[in-house]
Amino acid sequence: MTGLSVQDLSAGYGGRPIVEGLSLPSLDAGEVVSVVGPNGAGKSTFLRALAGLIPAKGSIRLDEVELTSLSLADRAKRVTYMPQTLPQGVALTVLETVVAAIRATPLGGAAFTDAQAVERAFEVLQRIGAEALAGQRLDRLSGGQKQLAGLAQALAREPRLLLLDEPTSALDLYYQLRVLDLAREAAAERGMTVMIVLHDLQAAARVSDRIAVMAKGKLVAFGTPDEAITPDILAQVYRVSARVQRCDRGALQVMIDDVLTP
Amino acid sequence: MEVGKLADAERAAPDAVAAYGRDVRKRFVALCVLALLAAAALILDVVTGPSTISPLVVLKGVFDPSALSTAQQAIVWQVRLPYALMATLVGAALALAGAEMQTVLNNPLASPFTLGVSSAASFGASLAIVLGVGASFIGSDWLVPLNAFVFAFGSVLALQALARMKGSGVENIVLFGIALVFAFNALTALVQFLSSAEALQQLVFWTMGSLSRATWGNVGALALVVGLVTPFSLLSSRGLTALRLGEDRAMSFGVDVKRLRFLSLLRVSLLSATAVAFVGAIGFIGLVGPHIARLLVGEDHRFFLPASILSGAIIMSLASAASKAIVPGVLMPVGIVTAVIGVPVFLLLIFRNGGRA
Repeated sequence: MTGLSVQDLSAGYGGRPIVEGLSLPSLDAGEVVSVVGPNGAGKSTFLRALAGLIPAKGSIRLDEVELTSLSLADRAKRVTYMPQTLPQGVALTVLETVVAAIRATPLGGAAFTDAQAVERAFEVLQRIGAEALAGQRLDRLSGGQKQLAGLAQALAREPRLLLLDEPTSALDLYYQLRVLDLAREAAAERGMTVMIVLHDLQAAARVSDRIAVMAKGKLVAFGTPDEAITPDILAQVYRVSARVQRCDRGALQVMIDDVLTP
Repeated sequence: MEVGKLADAERAAPDAVAAYGRDVRKRFVALCVLALLAAAALILDVVTGPSTISPLVVLKGVFDPSALSTAQQAIVWQVRLPYALMATLVGAALALAGAEMQTVLNNPLASPFTLGVSSAASFGASLAIVLGVGASFIGSDWLVPLNAFVFAFGSVLALQALARMKGSGVENIVLFGIALVFAFNALTALVQFLSSAEALQQLVFWTMGSLSRATWGNVGALALVVGLVTPFSLLSSRGLTALRLGEDRAMSFGVDVKRLRFLSLLRVSLLSATAVAFVGAIGFIGLVGPHIARLLVGEDHRFFLPASILSGAIIMSLASAASKAIVPGVLMPVGIVTAVIGVPVFLLLIFRNGGRA
């Protein structure tokens, strides 16, 4: 069976657990799942543990392969993580950064020549509508443009599991929607399983097949947007009084009425 | 440019793939030009000196020693050539060490000098000079450099140990390096305070950084280290380039960052410790060599590392030539010259580039 399954995952920093005993129902290949929750819920830690950036206990199976038993390089052939932090002061062009991502370690099969890597990198930049950035230096770009470059780097490795940590935080409205649509396209056309950490619940509902709601390192709710984003769950996790409804065109809308005092 | 404007097809980039190819060719040309300049600077250094031998005779003597008188042979083969080759090698070693340090510590101010390697070497040398402390089974010619090497190498190993400690980020390594600078400077000052006037003079001269200690033996030793280390640096260039995008990204692309950083700092230890052990503290090259290289070829490490090596070699050779020419008949400590001529050049480069080094 293709897809991702996570069982009893625990991870943290310096012996301090952040995510504890987290299990997810199986995700299918081509599925988009948003991870939402308040600050400090462990969303980034969860994604970093899936990518193998921090030690983790438990089982992570992707396409029937146990990821925790793979080396970092072998894992990187299947999983790519795009962090929320942006690189500073990098004297490389955007195209060079995407080439660097492709060539950092072998992607499986025949090794890429420089020319093949450049072609693939440019094709990805075109696909996400960022080809105009190709020749520009990364250290001269805005935060949003850097995020687009980061997305191109991640997509260029064509992973089976794409992990995006707040990929739209520095983007204008058009590009927020564009990036989320691109994530959907990557899932639908290339069969990637995509997990996205998002703070915008409406955006999460728009892009996701299913949503994972996290709080205090644990999974609080998991299901379709209608199942995971409910007034009760929002009250429990975010401590807000809210209404959730579908507008007449079908989009899920969250309306906050009040902040609940403890 | 606003992100939203990217959608405008009219603003699409010119053929970026072709531009990338052009950039690669330009960088090859830049490396070739730097190599020629390095050779020219080396020749200039060899033919410059206080004696009245004409440059042409010196050059002839390099290829055919029998064309020189005995005195001239001694000047060219025992002084000029080893000094000049030492300058080239020290420049190359310190700049390569600085380039790798700046990348693996993600800090443009990192260099063997700013993170305590030179200070540690100075302390090791001062102990050997003043107290005669060190490995006593070796000859006195090697006692000072060996002690300097041991302390310099030890200081980078201490940085390494911190890097491997749980939860310590690269920022902590940089801070720890700065602490090392102050600690070793204080210890060196203490040794100076306790030393005799004669030993103090020797020690002060050592800390200024001078090529006058170059012999064929230590030129050979440094050449061996540079020759052995450089290929491993170049083999790491893909990982190092990816690391410029951040530790998380590099790891996510499969780069074992801990291993990369460990091996890189090991190379840095060998290069910088060997270089400063033979010539003393030379502060500027490890910082500015990589910056000049970055301005010329960017940070694709396939080009950045060789460009750093060549830039360091060029600056050091020019500084060495200048150290002989500034005051006729006097060989100034080259460490002073590198700072005096290097800092304005460095500032000029930064300002010309709109503040982006």
